[in-house]
Amino acid sequence: MKAKPMASAKRETTDALAHLVRRFEHGSRVPGWDEAADLTKDPAVVPDPATTPVPPELASLIEVSMTRYPDRRSAAIPALRAAQDHHGWLSPSAIEQVAAVMRLTPGYLIAVASFYDMFEHRPVGQNTIYVCTNISCSLRGADKVFEAMVDAVGDDPDFNVRSFECLGACDIAPMASVNAVYVGPLSISDCDTIVAQLRAGQPTLPDKQLGGRPVARAWWASGRHPEGEPAGGRGAEGPTAIGN
Amino acid sequence: MELLFKDIDAPGLNTLRVYEQRGGYEMSRRALDMHPATALEELQASGVRGRGGAGFAMGKKASFLPQGDMDKYLVCNADESEPGTFKDRELMQKNPHLLIEGVLISAHAVGANKAFIYIRGEYDYVADILEAALAEAKAAGHVGALDLWCHRGAGAYICGEETALLDSLEGKRGNPRLKPPFPAVQGLYQGPTLINNVETLMNAPIILRMGGAEYAKIGTETSTGTKVVSVSGCVQRPGNYEVVLGTPTREIIFDLAGGPPEGRSIKCFFPGGSSSPVLPGTDENLDLPYDFDALQKAGTMLGSGAIIVVDDSVPILDVCMKTAKFYRHESCGKCTPCREGTNWTVKMLERIERGEATPMDLDIMSSICDNIIGNCLCVLGDAMAMPVSSMIKHFRKEFEAHMEHMQLTSTEMSRGPHAGPYDVLEPIGVATAALG
Repeated sequence: MKAKPMASAKRETTDALAHLVRRFEHGSRVPGWDEAADLTKDPAVVPDPATTPVPPELASLIEVSMTRYPDRRSAAIPALRAAQDHHGWLSPSAIEQVAAVMRLTPGYLIAVASFYDMFEHRPVGQNTIYVCTNISCSLRGADKVFEAMVDAVGDDPDFNVRSFECLGACDIAPMASVNAVYVGPLSISDCDTIVAQLRAGQPTLPDKQLGGRPVARAWWASGRHPEGEPAGGRGAEGPTAIGN
Repeated sequence: MELLFKDIDAPGLNTLRVYEQRGGYEMSRRALDMHPATALEELQASGVRGRGGAGFAMGKKASFLPQGDMDKYLVCNADESEPGTFKDRELMQKNPHLLIEGVLISAHAVGANKAFIYIRGEYDYVADILEAALAEAKAAGHVGALDLWCHRGAGAYICGEETALLDSLEGKRGNPRLKPPFPAVQGLYQGPTLINNVETLMNAPIILRMGGAEYAKIGTETSTGTKVVSVSGCVQRPGNYEVVLGTPTREIIFDLAGGPPEGRSIKCFFPGGSSSPVLPGTDENLDLPYDFDALQKAGTMLGSGAIIVVDDSVPILDVCMKTAKFYRHESCGKCTPCREGTNWTVKMLERIERGEATPMDLDIMSSICDNIIGNCLCVLGDAMAMPVSSMIKHFRKEFEAHMEHMQLTSTEMSRGPHAGPYDVLEPIGVATAALG
């Protein structure tokens, strides 16, 4: 019991000084990475399945994926993704549930989850929009599309707009992944359309979805591509900086 | 000549029925009747080199796996995250069964009994197609005794690196491992593991159909076969084009992809994804044959076969900054040169952008890059250092012109509150003397 007052005193000092420490925007992918850890708490152990209620459909998904691998830990990513789909984000109770089914500590799962970009550690909107802002897309004006998308969404809590690294669809640049549907090439005005369609529960830009597009040689020979895109899109504006 | 793109747009090719009508799974059945060594010989005779980035001969890599009846693994690297690359996406989306057949043949050749296709998390809709195809193939009995599963990642560029991919597949953070031991000896779950790119594996059924020796006649002597090239950036017709290796680069950029927009010219291009050193758009560079060795001789690499074209309207500083920021974000943080080097390169580029840098900073950046290359567990740091230092080498004048321009135009106000004095460069002796 002696250690506790000391630790909490230290904690208070850290808190008091926290505002003096310069924070950088980038850095670890984990929000809260620079927050002080509570060293007075014991590390979390494997949760007891008897006292951790897990939604049965989530539990069965995790159990099925565990059977596929020689080592059950391999199912960590599929299990966390299932939990995120179920809860909307990786809340402490979501992590707890995965840990209970997989017989792992929550700490292990948080360590894994914090490494990957697609896991959310804060509550987010249910509509996920990843706008690719990597090199090929930004050569075609993706940064402006991202800004327009952020503006189109405004402060609607139902949306989660993120600028993302290369999504692997540079042929339809600038593009975005809207609830895992790839659409492109996007113009600034498409952003409002996408947001309106999501709000109305309609499919996203059916003409611009990647799905049915033939390979480049056939696509460009077919002449089916909309007028003026994509080279004209940027070319018309004259020299543009990528803008980071 | 189109091998992988033959029939690619046939309606319903992603279904088993259409794929079988077009001769699907004949080769995997034939391979299963062969002795594994015979199948391996065919792959070796084809001389096909890995399409994922390193360009290592596929057959040779497979032959490194030990003999014996231990658990052996085959992992298909479908974590295609290299900026500018989108060939695997199109191939898997349209012809998933060809990949499954390729996995079956390769697994038989090396005696693997468990196989995983590690597909990046962002490709969810491709993974759905692939899983549906896999279920169909399993129901039809094509997969046989092989324990084959599709594993979805969750968004990390580093997991395209083979050992990081194995860690990620084992359910850990995707940190690269120390090599040796190479995965062929100790890989997934410490067992012998063969890791191949999607496009490489898709070539296996084609090689068996043609015969390894016949396949080796396509392309150049050391770069055999065809390659799906992803052309993107400032071109009129971006997309995937299948070309025979050794095709002049000019033909790919201009004849197939339409060249830069009207009235523009090519400033530079990345010949093999954003990790490859850039080449300025000179006639000499555009006439380079697009194959592994010619590009290596020119000081760059074929990499994943993604050509990103940058035209003359784009400042090179922006390209450099985008590239560096990407690698800073994706560095896993395990090795210091990469973690700190990518971060410092971005900081220095930002300094250049704000007009607080001097030409000496370019030399410091080059030296940072030199200190990253070859000093880390994997090549992610090198992948930033190589293009950045090549841009400094080829476009130094433009960087310097930007610095000069910024210094002439910037005022104290525009430089922001945190900017230090840039015009007072005192000799070190004076500064230390003042400190007492």
